[in-house]
Amino acid sequence: MSTSSTAIGGHQDTFAATLRSDRWWLGPTLTAAGLIAFFGYLTIRVFYAQYVWADPYMSPVVSPPLFTPAAGYKGAVPVNHAWLGAFPAWWPSFLPKSPGFFFPVLAIMFRATCYYYRKAYYRAFAASPPACGVRGVPLKYRGETALLIFQNLHRYALYGALFLLVFLWWDGLAAFFKNGRFGIGVGTILLLMNAFLLSCYTFGCHSWRHLIGGKLDCFSCDAQSRTRLGVWKKSTWFNVRHMQFAWLSLGWVALTDFYISMVSMGYIKDLNTW
Amino acid sequence: MAERTFKIWRGNKDGGEFVEYKVDVGPGWVVLDCIHRIQMQHSTDLACRWNCKAGKCGSCSMEINGKPRLGCMTRMNSLPEGTITVQPLKTFPVIKDLVTDVSWNFEQNKRIAPFKPRPRDADGHHRMKQEDVDRVQEFRKCIECFLCQDVCHVLRDHKAHDKFVGPRFMIRLASLEMHPLDTDDRVEKIRKEFGSGWCNITRCCTEVCPEHIGITDNGIIPLKERVVDRFYDPVAWFLGKVFGKK
Ligand code: SF4
Ligand code: SF4
Ligand code: FES
Ligand code: FES
Repeated sequence: MSTSSTAIGGHQDTFAATLRSDRWWLGPTLTAAGLIAFFGYLTIRVFYAQYVWADPYMSPVVSPPLFTPAAGYKGAVPVNHAWLGAFPAWWPSFLPKSPGFFFPVLAIMFRATCYYYRKAYYRAFAASPPACGVRGVPLKYRGETALLIFQNLHRYALYGALFLLVFLWWDGLAAFFKNGRFGIGVGTILLLMNAFLLSCYTFGCHSWRHLIGGKLDCFSCDAQSRTRLGVWKKSTWFNVRHMQFAWLSLGWVALTDFYISMVSMGYIKDLNTW
Repeated sequence: MAERTFKIWRGNKDGGEFVEYKVDVGPGWVVLDCIHRIQMQHSTDLACRWNCKAGKCGSCSMEINGKPRLGCMTRMNSLPEGTITVQPLKTFPVIKDLVTDVSWNFEQNKRIAPFKPRPRDADGHHRMKQEDVDRVQEFRKCIECFLCQDVCHVLRDHKAHDKFVGPRFMIRLASLEMHPLDTDDRVEKIRKEFGSGWCNITRCCTEVCPEHIGITDNGIIPLKERVVDRFYDPVAWFLGKVFGKK
């Protein structure tokens, strides 16, 4: 029999204190690494904004393009594909002329306020808590009642994401046509898959699940509620897999963009029927 | 029989220490079996709360190798080699050894307004469809082990017991708020009195729940969304002002 003196219950109250014997730090470390890698890559691509177009493929990093640089950017989206044409003269010279600064920001807002990503970064970056049963940072905690109260606006980010989704499907379908000729290439498949995975991610969103049916107390009370029950159940299927689709779709956006940039730069030859 | 070493915290509210015990573990044993063996062979005054030994009464909550778990549902062969530490729950005051005072939870339960059903149908019955109560029935599986309350960092680390009612009672609120027959309007209280905003949805409650209740995804987040409907959705707020309803 041996003894050692400790705090009440043997619980220390210092940062990261725990008696967990498993590798509890692995989860948050991998999450942090994944978030930095993917969001880092995509942020660089938004600012870099070259080689985002390889006819007929448009990178999801810049889609849909409001403006596009008219000159000086290699592999830029052609002017006739941008909603409002070339960047206007008043565009500040210190900012790169990137179409990624407009609508694609909606996707960032959607992910940044997503209930899954919140868990991921509260754990991995804010250590609040880093893992279950592990003491978090001993800072004043207000949850989502003070500074983070804006997280309650996630459903507006959802509306933006639904809008974006329409155009990402459009990009996938448009990638069947090169100079008006029907065909298919590896890029077409990547773009369609991109829209598909983003749909799986979006339709598992908690705000979506709430708005389409979860907010009702009675599913059987009228015909409309019954329809909503059906949609709610489908959304629940995606919701259970929300984390998986969050990572898959994130990785796929990066992969699609990377592929298009490689084709645009000429490092990869796109396999296609044209 | 394999010998395993335990470090069990012994003490009371004024202090204590880890004490080491060796136990010969039989096939199929759970941690609670080992604690009973220790009581029998080494220390008859080792305090531990238990009742059903079947994962249904919620009494034997403790922290095994730093994780909140039921002693009677933690099989010895599921634990890695090496010394096994056993502690009382962190979030509630220690009475003795592994027994904590969880009465704060019962106080929270009393704060929740009881079920307030709409009037009965003309024939004297209350009617609802199974599909309307499936959601609520998930929450009824709760065995009140309070492992979720213990692991929730809002209570465990930040001691915000006066701000946040904890995950167990968020799902009790959800089971009433989503109930097809309940008529009480609970949304405002869920935000202001029970503190839905204090949960940062980091999901530890869901990870430890022995009944595998989707506490966060099916309970707390849907409640947060109902709070958004009422308090943070300017469009819903505007429509409410114009049309006089939510
Ligand atoms: S998800 Fe919320 S209620 Fe559950 S443990 Fe985390 S902070 Fe507590
Ligand atoms: S919700 Fe789960 S963890 Fe919490 S008290 Fe009930 S059974 Fe225990
Ligand atoms: S996108 Fe993840 S919860 Fe809405
Ligand atoms: S003794 Fe009843 S749950 Fe463990």
